[in-house]
Formats: sequence, structure tokens, C-alpha cells
Amino acid sequence: MTQETPQVELRTSPHLQRPIRTDAIMRNVVYALIPVAAFSIYAFGLSALLLIATSTASCLLTEFLVRRLSKVENTAGDWSAVVTGILFALTLPPGLPLWIAAVGGVICIVLGKLLFGGLGYNPFNPALVGRAFLQAAFTVPMTRWAAAFAPGRFVQAIPSTLALPFMQAPEFDAWSGATPLAMWKFQQTATDMKDVMSAFMGTIEGSAGETSALVILICGAYLAVRKMMDWRIPAGMLGSVFVFSGVFYLINNANPNPLFMLCSGGLMLGAVFMATDMVTSPTTPVGVWIFGVLTGFLTVLIRLYGALPEGVMYAILLGNALTPIINALTQPKIYGAKKAKAKVEQTQ
Amino acid sequence: MGTATLKKTFSHGIHPPEHKAATVESAITPLPFPPGLVIPLSQHTGAPARPIVEPKQEVARGDKIAEAGGFVSVPMHAPAKSTVAKIGLALTPSGAMTPAIFLKVDLESEQEPPPEADSAASNALTPEELVAAVQETGMVGLGGAAFPTHVKMLVPKGKRVDTVVVNGCECEPYLTTDHRVMLEASEDLFTGVRIALRATQAGCAIIGIETNKPDAIKALAKAAESDSRIRVAPVKTKYPQGAEKMLIKALLKREVPSGGLPIDVNAAVFNVATLAQLGRLLPRKQGLIERVVTVTGPGVERPGNYLVPLGTPVQFLLDHAGMKDTARQVILGGPMMGVAIASLEIPVTKGVSGILVLTDKELAQRPTKVYPCIRCGQCIQACPMFLNPSRLGLLSRKEQYAVMEERYHLNDCFECGCCAYVCPSNIPLVQYMRIAKAVNRERKTAK
Repeated sequence: MTQETPQVELRTSPHLQRPIRTDAIMRNVVYALIPVAAFSIYAFGLSALLLIATSTASCLLTEFLVRRLSKVENTAGDWSAVVTGILFALTLPPGLPLWIAAVGGVICIVLGKLLFGGLGYNPFNPALVGRAFLQAAFTVPMTRWAAAFAPGRFVQAIPSTLALPFMQAPEFDAWSGATPLAMWKFQQTATDMKDVMSAFMGTIEGSAGETSALVILICGAYLAVRKMMDWRIPAGMLGSVFVFSGVFYLINNANPNPLFMLCSGGLMLGAVFMATDMVTSPTTPVGVWIFGVLTGFLTVLIRLYGALPEGVMYAILLGNALTPIINALTQPKIYGAKKAKAKVEQTQ
Repeated sequence: MGTATLKKTFSHGIHPPEHKAATVESAITPLPFPPGLVIPLSQHTGAPARPIVEPKQEVARGDKIAEAGGFVSVPMHAPAKSTVAKIGLALTPSGAMTPAIFLKVDLESEQEPPPEADSAASNALTPEELVAAVQETGMVGLGGAAFPTHVKMLVPKGKRVDTVVVNGCECEPYLTTDHRVMLEASEDLFTGVRIALRATQAGCAIIGIETNKPDAIKALAKAAESDSRIRVAPVKTKYPQGAEKMLIKALLKREVPSGGLPIDVNAAVFNVATLAQLGRLLPRKQGLIERVVTVTGPGVERPGNYLVPLGTPVQFLLDHAGMKDTARQVILGGPMMGVAIASLEIPVTKGVSGILVLTDKELAQRPTKVYPCIRCGQCIQACPMFLNPSRLGLLSRKEQYAVMEERYHLNDCFECGCCAYVCPSNIPLVQYMRIAKAVNRERKTAK
């Protein structure tokens, strides 16, 4: 061989690759969450801004520090902690004391993700793990809902936001409200089309990000079009909530009507941004539909018959727990499969 | 018969950028003879050929220089008037050294075309005699697999072929050899199709062509009007449409059983370039001595489709086509399934359909960082065999190779690369499959 021969590089096929990387997917989820976060800040003001910032910073810092302490490759730059941080904040009551949000962020990342090996290995949605923890540990502040569109919300935080750690949060009657779901659950108020409309547009009380169904749907569509989100999961989940709550509504008119069920509470946020978490949802095409329908059904059951007004979080966490089984039972039938009935495959 | 209007295809697969524009208009041009040719004795699937020449022996163009080493084997012919320099070891694309005949080409005298036999003779042959005659041409699948053509034409007892599937998909990006052959050698192609029909006793032949080659579809559909047994079917432009199992599914709606062959669903699949060469060689009783190769890629100054004498070193071909200084990777075949080579001394063999040269720029764009599997399921929705590459990849990392084979159909993977192409985490899934298959093979032979 001549001396001029250039240094050739050896790699194995395929030599072409689609130019979408995992960090780019995560970054795009962040982009899609920005309008949702912005609407939340518009509705709840300074408190929502501080809440989202605190939660995101807490998640990022935790990921960075834990990875550093464990002397492994630092993954804080892959944007997944940012996704968790923003999503987590959006599930919280807007007036939640910031220190609680910071604690929750640590829980999300450590208990929800890093203990299992980090991104890709976590069985449960990290943001929901954090929220479930706070729901149990700080039940009272986690069920205090601030009124949306309060005057002066951009110049003044909700008093409880700045509460000191372990201090009784100040009362904030002037700020407080109740979510439409809680109104229905605890005060038996009937729901009508006016409630549906205001829930759809987001002019109601609720968690920081579970307010405008419309904004969430638009942002979800952006991700689905870019093929960074599996549209079948929200389609299955929302469809199943509509159908099952429709059945219950027909049986008993005191149950909320299906449109109200669709637009209220954390369902939209959960269906579009939480249930679609790739790591914790099934990978098989059939499994994805089963997962969507199942989580939707569980949401309706918990909302109508559970002790709490909201069921989306537990429905998705239960769905996450069932994901390995769903995957195992729905392995694709291979091309040219033998006629003999395939054995049920065992998961890892 | 005319063309069908419905676009046929298989399920799953991917749509990589085609990159065919650089060479699709380039008519096939003959490459000058290099000073030396290297003819590996094992450039096909099956037993190596046995040399029948001695060093220093002079051979004429088209002379048989090695005979088939068995039924699943083919002879080799001298691509040029030359002298046998030696019989020794030569580098092959896999990186292994294998026995080869080295020829010193007689560049002084005119390279006469090989002698032709009378063309009427082949029409009188029985299918068995035809198969033997096909073997004598040294034909193998020119699409890349290099499986001896006559073996596919021999229908075993108890089996039958009802349809000859002619593969004109050329789904690999960058490559345009099949496309040019369909345009420039359609008569030879139809002769080849009729040979295949006669050898297999099939009733009809379907030429499947991807819709990104409308000129070829039109030209061949018109030519097919004269023979009611042959028709052209446009198939959707999608990778890997040209994989035989996918094409059979698209055209015949049949699935080759796992571990089986096309003949199990009464089909035989041949590449258009293979049949075009066969249609040219068999009636003349000549051997395979040259093939069309697409030389392309950002690292090539004069991309084109060259008629290359077999055994030509890649270096000579690239010198002729002009290799840029920035060239950094040379791939034999297409970008999806091709093999990157370590040395430009490696010769063009019967299975080489393209030479793709990539530069620093493309390599810099290739990601190196591997993220964990985020279970996005993209690979599952890309795999044309409906495997679960995500699970297979995880099992491979845990060295659960036996489980991969027994429960997750590892051996149905034909390494098309769809999974690795779509993987956002840049996981080398195809490589994981190869490792697993190699380890399983080794364990089986050890037993």
C-alpha cells in the first residue's frame, strides 16, 4: 500500500443514522412545556414562576451532585432532569412553599430515577414519584389551591410560597380557591358545560400546570408531529376516560359529565406529558394502546370512587408498574412466525 | 401486461435520505484495466473455488481459471488477458486473508471480448442442464449477498416455484447500479428472466421496482408487454424493500417462514443485475468477468456507474473516480448494510454493488455518544421482521445470547440496520446482534 493512503476509519453498518438524539428529544419536550409553564405563570403569577424555577433547579442540581458523588459520567446535561423538574412543578399547587418543592425535586431525581440507574432504567415516572411522596408527606399544603388570576399576582407571591421550612404556612384565605374536581367531590356541586369550557380554557383553580387543556393539547401536538411523543397514549387514555366516564354518567347523572372529566384536573397534563414518558410506558404497539386505555380507566375509577378527587397520578403510576407485564404479553408476532402458539414470553 | 396501480409494500421499515441524484443519470462506463487483478477464490456464499491455473501461465480474457468447489460454489473466469502472477493470500472486505489468484494484466495487447458460443444451444436445455450451465457462468447474486445463482434456480424435489420475483428495488441509499442496468440492459434482463422461468418452471415473473425509479418502471413495463408471463409491479420506496423477504411480502402477500427460504412459499428471488448479466452471459456461454459498480459519496470527485473488471483493487477504481483528500471512510456496498474496509488493496468482487466514500464532514456528524435505551420503541416500529431490537440490545449487553436466540428470534435478524438507524440513543443494535450470533455460532461448534 502506498504511503499516501489516507487513514481510513472502520465502523460497522449502518453508516447512516437519523439525526435525532435522546438529548434532542428531551430538549424538545422542554420546548413543548414552555407554553404550559408560561400559561401557569400567567394564571398564578410570581408564585408559579418561583415554583417552576425552584423545582427545576433542585432536580438539575440533585442529578449533577449525585452523579458527581458516585463518580460516574455526569448526565445532568441530557435535559431529562429539566423535563422532570418542570413537569414536577406543574403538578404542584401554585402556592406550595418553595422549600417543599425543593425537597420534592430531590425525591424525584434520587428515588424516582438515580436509584434505579438513571435515565432509561427507572420503572416509574420520576415527577410522579416526587409528587406521590409529597402527597403523603405534606398532605395539607399539597391540597391547598390558590385562586387563579388573582389581582396583584405578578408583584406579590402567594404568602405560603415563601414559608420557612417546617413552619406552619400562613393562612391565605384571600388567595384560596378549590379545584372544580374537589368542588364536585366534596361539595357535590353539579358540573355543567360552563365548567367544561372554563376547564378547557384554563380559567380555573388547580395545580400549576393542570389548568388549560387547550394549551397542553397544542403543545402535545407539536411533539407528536415531530414524532417525539407517542400520540396513541394520550389518544387511548383520553378516549378511555371519555368512554368510561360517559358510561358512569349515563348510569347516574350525579357523576360528572365526560367532557368535564376530560378537561378537569391533571388529566390533560398527565395524558400528554406524563403517561407518554417513553421510559416508563410500554414499547410494543399493542401495549401502548393497552396502557393508554388502562390508565384512563383507572383515572375514572379513582376519581369517582377513591378518597381523593384526583386520580391521574396514581393511575399512571399503576400503569408504570404494569408496563413490564404489558410489554411481555404483547411482544410483536415476528415476520414468518411459525403457526404454533408462541409461549408467553418472560421479561427480564 | 401493464403496471399495477397500487403501491405494494411490507410493514415497518424506514425512509432514509436517498442520495441517489449524484449517479442516477450516469450511464454505465467501462473502467480501464488495472495492471493487476486479485481474484479471491471465495467471493460467494459456499465452498471456495479450486484454481486450475499455475503461476506464470498465460490466460485469455474469459478463460476459466478456477472451478467450482462443490455444488454450492461457482467457477472463476479471467477478467482480462493476463499472466498468473501467483496464487496466495489476499485481503478481503471482512478483514480476513483468503486464497486468491493474482493476475498480471497484459496492458500491451488489445483486450479482446471473450469468445461467443452459438446462442441457439441454451434453448434446448432441460432445467437440470440449464442449472449446470448457469453454474458454469460463475453467476452469483450481484445485489450483495453473492449467493450462487444456480442453487436458487434448482428446485428441490417436492418443492415448486410458481413465481419468479425479480428484485429491482435497490433500496440502499446512494446505489444506482440496478437502476442503470434496468435502463441500459433491459433486453439482457428479459433474457435472464426467461432463463429463470425455464430453470424453475415457474408460471410467471414479477419485476418489483421502487417508485423512485419511474423511468425504469415505464421502460420495463413497456418491454414486458411482449411476454404475458412477465409483469412489472411498482413497490413503495422504503428501506429495506429490496430484502427478499420484504419483497415477497409486498408482491405476493406471503411470509417466508422463520428459518426458511423463499422456495418454502413457492418463490425464487433474483436481483435485476444478476438476471441481466445471466441473460447476457448464458446464451454466449461466457463467464462473469465484470460488473457494474456505483462509485459515489461526498469523498468522490467523479461519481458514476462503472463497468469494473472483477478483481480490480478499490484503490485503482477510486484513483480513476478521483478520491478527495478529505475522504475518511470507504464502504463496500450501500450505507445501510455495507462494510467499511481497512485497506484499499481489497479487490472488487462479485458481490460489490457500490463503493461509497465518506469524508471527515459526514463522520464528524455521526454521533459517538451512546445514551441509555429510553424505551421509545422506535426500533420495534422500524424492524421489518417484527423483532424487538430494544429487548435484544439489552439482553446482548447482559450477554444473554442464548435467551436472545431462543425467545427473541435473534436468528431472524438479517442486519438491515433499521433499528440502529432510528435509535435516538445511538445504541449499536446491529453490532449487538452480530456479536450475539457469532458467540452462539461459536458455542454450537464447540459442542
